[in-house]
Amino acid sequence: MAGGVPRHCHHPGFGVRDLRRFLSGPAYARALAARAVAAGAEIRTEATVTGWEGDTSLTATTPQGLLRVTARAVLLATGARERPRPARLIPGDRPRGVYTTGHLQNLVHLEGGSPGRRAVIVGADPVSWSAALTLRSAGCRPVLLTTEHAKPSYAPLSLPLRVPVARNTRITRINGHDRVTSVDLTDLTTGTPRTIPCDTVILTADWTPDNELARTASLPLAPGSRSPQTDPALRTPRRGVFAAGNVLHPAATASVAAQDGTHAATQLMRWLTNDTKWPTPSLQLLPDPPIHWAFPTLIHPTTTPPPGNHLLLWPTTPIRHLTLRQDNHTLTEHTLRRPAVPGGVLRVPWRLLTGLNPEGGPVRVGSGSTG
Amino acid sequence: MTEGPSYDVAVIGAGVVGAAIARELSGYDLRVALLDARDDVGEGTSKANTAILHTGFDASPGTLESRLVRRGYALLSAYAETTGIPVERTGALLVAWTEEELEALPGLREKAVRNGYSHCALVSAAEVYEQVPALAAGALGGLTVPDESIICSWTTTLAYATEALSRGTVLLLGHRVSSVEPGPCTTTLHTDRGPVVARWVVNAAGLGADLVDRLFGFDRFTVTPRRGELLVYDKFARPLAPRIVLPVPSSRGKGVLISPTVYGNVMLGPTAEDLSDRTDTSTSAAGLEFLLAKGAALMPRLLEEDVTASYAGLRAAIDRSDYLISADGSRRYLLAGGIRSTGLSASMAIASYVCEQLMVAGLALVPRSDLPSPPRMPQIGEAFVRPYQSDELIASDPAYGRVVCFCEKVTEGEIRDALASPVPPAGVDGLRRRTRAMNGRCQGFYCGAKVQGMLL
Repeated sequence: MAGGVPRHCHHPGFGVRDLRRFLSGPAYARALAARAVAAGAEIRTEATVTGWEGDTSLTATTPQGLLRVTARAVLLATGARERPRPARLIPGDRPRGVYTTGHLQNLVHLEGGSPGRRAVIVGADPVSWSAALTLRSAGCRPVLLTTEHAKPSYAPLSLPLRVPVARNTRITRINGHDRVTSVDLTDLTTGTPRTIPCDTVILTADWTPDNELARTASLPLAPGSRSPQTDPALRTPRRGVFAAGNVLHPAATASVAAQDGTHAATQLMRWLTNDTKWPTPSLQLLPDPPIHWAFPTLIHPTTTPPPGNHLLLWPTTPIRHLTLRQDNHTLTEHTLRRPAVPGGVLRVPWRLLTGLNPEGGPVRVGSGSTG
Repeated sequence: MTEGPSYDVAVIGAGVVGAAIARELSGYDLRVALLDARDDVGEGTSKANTAILHTGFDASPGTLESRLVRRGYALLSAYAETTGIPVERTGALLVAWTEEELEALPGLREKAVRNGYSHCALVSAAEVYEQVPALAAGALGGLTVPDESIICSWTTTLAYATEALSRGTVLLLGHRVSSVEPGPCTTTLHTDRGPVVARWVVNAAGLGADLVDRLFGFDRFTVTPRRGELLVYDKFARPLAPRIVLPVPSSRGKGVLISPTVYGNVMLGPTAEDLSDRTDTSTSAAGLEFLLAKGAALMPRLLEEDVTASYAGLRAAIDRSDYLISADGSRRYLLAGGIRSTGLSASMAIASYVCEQLMVAGLALVPRSDLPSPPRMPQIGEAFVRPYQSDELIASDPAYGRVVCFCEKVTEGEIRDALASPVPPAGVDGLRRRTRAMNGRCQGFYCGAKVQGMLL
């Protein structure tokens, strides 16, 4: 089935920006897939791309046999996922009942399975609340959300759900031999531990791009996100290879990802019809803490603006100001209309990147100390 | 109470050692039962070791362990080829970081010779970095062990159990032995699923071997569970570790190793911590911290990659420094205890040694002439052609072209085969060990629900 993550996101709210409709995830996925087919695209599902044969040719495994696809251009749109338990280094027993949101949604919405009775959700980002909704729908009670942040960023979302949020809290152990029986939480300010009985643990957010094909192609990775580096036209440094969606900015909303897709289509058409030059990467945009990653990474002062005319940033603490610097020279200082909070993508106007020296060093984006 | 069928030999413990023994015994004209308390084979110590096929270069010369590891290495290497157990002869490199460690290397080479292994070579610091460029700065020199290999410990136990079954062994899972009732000609093992009667009993109960031994009236050793925590790094780390990097034993204490795995990952560990709880395979914050510090000191770039799995195994450490394999003809009983982490490498040699000892103690061993050929196990090693890569296999059955687990490239056909295999998995974890499904970097984000669905 085509459509990526929205296939298993059953909550509404998809398609508002791009389709001007209010859809569930699966309906949105179907609508976009239908558009692609109507436009003449051939969609091959059950085709797993396993590696590269050449600069723009790929091998895929399909039930009909191995498929070797050679194209003039390749677009990587492999998306992002949540880090699972081992990558988060959570100690303890290894019982059943620990899921990422993606696993949970697949289980409940695609396989009709049931997670458990009582869940602790690790994270308090938008996706964490989405996990809470999925749990509810499957008859599993979310009893607590935990966040390491001092202020839950998306508190308003909790109102209709009435699930408490433990702030400044880290999960420090999972207990249970066969099935989860409890989790240990530690208050990061006081160091006080406590144990919460539950049979289900949902690990949310902590996004990472699915960059396997980018890495096997030895494409350079963006600092922070480890996404393939692209320029505003979504071109990677490898001639003919583009990337789009949350593999580049893990993880923005579906509409932002889909906007990349539209943008990529335009850029691909340009490349296929008349453009024979492939730019040599010049300037880089690099994040400074508390910005975890910045997109796009490769900036050429004269090229097209990025999708939606926005720079995308991922702050790890609430921020109010942005500073863009190049070679110790401040390009722009910008005050946000509303403070940006961690757990979501911050979109700022592309035009903030002005006065670049094309011959200069990398541009660094951070949060200014002023104010 | 109805008595079950009577066996010639009951083997307690379906780990790698018990399964190897059952396989060997059923090569003779004997009715063999293989019992385990758990619901799958290899569920205890055997599933969570470092999966190295040891040459035995560093054993204590003259011990039974030294002899059996050396012989087991040759036997298992050959058996792996026949049955398709993934093995990669990566070789190992002991790296000296201090003068003390450097000075210990020639002695280790001589020790290897006394263990019957003469291919170790001393190498300079420059050669160390040529062999493993990603090592941290500061290595002073090294010792190579060209034949140390990596192996799939899961497939090894399964292959033994599968072949034992095809030779007529009866596998009795979920049979925890709670008491033993000796009789004049047979022994009755009382289990939570009823009695099992056998003329001879082999105790290969691993972590529980001392407890079973006491049921037979002995009091000669104690098993101390020694927890070893391990971190498995993402496949992206695999080029960093082209061979096994071993620590040099020194006064600094036992170091940790970095090893490639046959699944294409890199393993860091183990810790060593004596416990009292024989079931505590949890990982700890302290263990994790220790491993990360060791990893950072040995190979900083390794820590840039994500951890794909962390687990802990319990090794059956005993209060003596050799295997304890002892037959008692009057009780028609044999103990195979104290089989430490080298037991995987030594398993086939242990099995044949056990048979010799049983024969000496009075069990008649008549070789069978009608043995079925060894099984061909599913290929789950990364260095070999996997089903998803085989046009021929996919043409014969499209299920091998339907990738279910994207990270490990496990196909629907392989999962189906594992579920229909002679020793089927009891749950998701058993399926993971048979196919690698869900063992990859996403740990089920994409395929977890589908794989669970296929189990129902």
